[in-house]
Amino acid sequence: MAEQRMSPRVIIVGAGPAGTRAAQACVQAGVRPILLDEGRRDGGQIYRRQPDNFTRPYAKLYGSEAGRAQALHETFNGLKSAIDYRPETLVWNIAGGQVWTASATYADAIPFDALLLCTGATDRLMPVKGWQFAGSYSLGGSQVALKSQAVSIGHNVVFMGSGPLLYLVASQYVEAGANVVAVLDTAPYSARIKALPDLLAVPSVLWNGVTLTMKLKRAGVAVHNGVTPLEIIGNADSGVSAVRFRTGAGTEQDIVCDAVAMGHHLRPETQLADLARCAFAFDPGTRQWLPERDSDGRSSVAGVYLAGDGAKILGARSAEASGRLAALAALADLGLPVDKGEMTSLRGDVGTYAKFARGLAKAFPWPSHQASQLPDDAILCRCEGVTAGDLRGIMRQTGAKEANRAKAFSRVGMGRCQGRYCGLAAAELIAAEADIPIEQVGRLRGQAPVKPLTIAIGDDQ
Amino acid sequence: MSGASDVIIVGGGLMGSSAALFLRGHGLSVTLLETDLIGRQASGTNFGNVRRQGRPIHQLPLANRAIAIWRKSRELLGADVEYLQSGHIRVCYRDRPELVGSMEDYAANARMEGLDLELVSGNVLRDKFPFFGPDVLAGSYSPTDGHANPRLAAPAFARAAARLGAVIHENTQIVDAQKVGEDFIVTAADGRTFRAPILLVTAGAWGNALSSQFGEPVPIVPKGPTMSVTEPVPYAILPTVGVMTPLEQETVYFRQVARGNIVLGGSTRGPSFPDQYRAYVEPQNTVSQLKHIRRLAPSLGRLNIIRVWSGIEGYMPDSQPVMGPSATTSGLYYAFGFSGSGFQIGPGVGETMAEIIAKGATDIPTEPYRVERFTTQA
Repeated sequence: MAEQRMSPRVIIVGAGPAGTRAAQACVQAGVRPILLDEGRRDGGQIYRRQPDNFTRPYAKLYGSEAGRAQALHETFNGLKSAIDYRPETLVWNIAGGQVWTASATYADAIPFDALLLCTGATDRLMPVKGWQFAGSYSLGGSQVALKSQAVSIGHNVVFMGSGPLLYLVASQYVEAGANVVAVLDTAPYSARIKALPDLLAVPSVLWNGVTLTMKLKRAGVAVHNGVTPLEIIGNADSGVSAVRFRTGAGTEQDIVCDAVAMGHHLRPETQLADLARCAFAFDPGTRQWLPERDSDGRSSVAGVYLAGDGAKILGARSAEASGRLAALAALADLGLPVDKGEMTSLRGDVGTYAKFARGLAKAFPWPSHQASQLPDDAILCRCEGVTAGDLRGIMRQTGAKEANRAKAFSRVGMGRCQGRYCGLAAAELIAAEADIPIEQVGRLRGQAPVKPLTIAIGDDQ
Repeated sequence: MSGASDVIIVGGGLMGSSAALFLRGHGLSVTLLETDLIGRQASGTNFGNVRRQGRPIHQLPLANRAIAIWRKSRELLGADVEYLQSGHIRVCYRDRPELVGSMEDYAANARMEGLDLELVSGNVLRDKFPFFGPDVLAGSYSPTDGHANPRLAAPAFARAAARLGAVIHENTQIVDAQKVGEDFIVTAADGRTFRAPILLVTAGAWGNALSSQFGEPVPIVPKGPTMSVTEPVPYAILPTVGVMTPLEQETVYFRQVARGNIVLGGSTRGPSFPDQYRAYVEPQNTVSQLKHIRRLAPSLGRLNIIRVWSGIEGYMPDSQPVMGPSATTSGLYYAFGFSGSGFQIGPGVGETMAEIIAKGATDIPTEPYRVERFTTQA
């Protein structure tokens, strides 16, 4: 009698486009993966699903991406019986070949043969003086409010920053009937022209972007390009009351509003890759440290695979391709038969999206210089309430010019977000202050738990 | 030759940094060599207890010397290391009533060394500190102990030493140390050499690598503390709190910093890897720690931890450091292997080692810490 082989233990973290397509590939290969997701429902951030009792149609929720959203959700619905899906489950640590999870107070440690990290992205934020006032949101946060709960973040909303999400969320707000007062883009219009050759790699997405801008203009929304954000005016009691900025022409202007949504495109959620001890390399294009991976998504650690925007920001379409590709690579590494031709074709797709992503980076550049121009009294790290002046003073006193050293002395990046929201700007400020290249500042070491973990963990077990 | 001085110190933790400061006070020239950055391992990652209570009675003179330095640290260092003399409470649980007697004995002996402790029943404790759980039977309160910020302390001592003229080389890994004639020649991985007639080894978990080069290997074991910290909550817990128990798993402690975060420690220790310069918190140790924290203070179960960390500590079999002169080589001194309990006494160790080196003697008892206890055959 043939010895029965245990099915390989595959764990996927994240139920967005990358995680869903990875799960689908596993199921098609006869493997039942465990799919862990923090969210209450599948879809991830971009294809976030509304609560069960909400009834807005796909076209209303997802606009030009309605077809993709629906296809992904339907794929997921079809997979549910063939996968071990654990929603509302936080992966808070990875160690010793196990994934450590928390679901409310329930603790688990799950061993794996292959681990696919499809952890997605959060907003890349550049601090602005006053960004700690109530009414300041990230672009992603403002989109969640709309998609999930059908609410606007304010009565009169300013969108400020740069990147495709700036225009997407602003137009979604317009569509939903919210009052969008202005869109303030730090990127000059000329950058978009220069980026055209790369952006033409995916013409349909480029066209979506053009349509969004036209839609905003038709709705009468003031769109300013090449601005410099100066201050979010407000106070601790009543929150945001206006946004002050310098126009591309150099004049200062105030816009009255009660909410502002900010962001400069996205940054990958790489903490779990770090805890899994994956090697990182500096990516000059995005001025970030990213986990290393081969063209199929293999990390430097055997059995750990990286896909989607959690590895590098290449967009939702690319995430579907890279999620499936990483899963096929994992299955092949586990000795299961996979379609090599399909892998080649998926690699090509990911390459095309990578070209488009380079175009986006050119069209909406990260305004790194703004960090060094932050006034001393501007709060840099909101979790710990550390100002730009605090950090500069501590650097002068201690000579610290490495990210973790500066954190140890100043608390920048030491709070509950662990530097997700201030870390990139803090690194820019340190580099400017110490007059060293940003890569020499290093990167904040990831520390468990990647999100706050209740002290009551395991209490009922 | 990259540098000559009166004293070379290898190891830039709290011991080496404070020794550098006090040696400058004696007028000796000092070169301090650190593999990485000042105070990044045991000195920077420990719990931050500035606690005399619970130390061996023979260590209290050293601890008393240290507390005097902590109290004047702001003036001495020109920096705030967040030292707070906010008290320390050690408690025992109902299932170990015999420990109340141990607490009484300890308090009587400690009083003779100048440390006043007050024994308090569980109910009185809960009246004053309502966070204690029902399992707490009694406590011993030390109003003059407290805590400080380990991330800031050793670097502040090193900066103060540098201001007084100590030469500090960070990112300088030492690969060889020898005595040639009257001088020690210490060689870094990049080939730089340093020379001095006196060598002080304050290299923590790496101490054995150097003592072995002088025929004095010691059975040091590297481990790492299991540390966690909560999100900030309103400042309400003044004293540092710890559990007295023979079981390592039950030995947890916590303190709240003025900023509001509560630092949690203990229960178990994890592995650490001196060669790789890394220490890891084992997830199961975090889970165990939180379970025992809930027993000590159930209401903390309503908070979240936002970060865990560890560092490389050197443990001796008897939990006592190697501190004092070498038995094989004149001019060679050791102060390492503080076994997870070096933070409070650190500045006292630095001052005492400076005194031994500069004056040849000290009143502080160091007999229990002699290196010969490991190197001499019985």
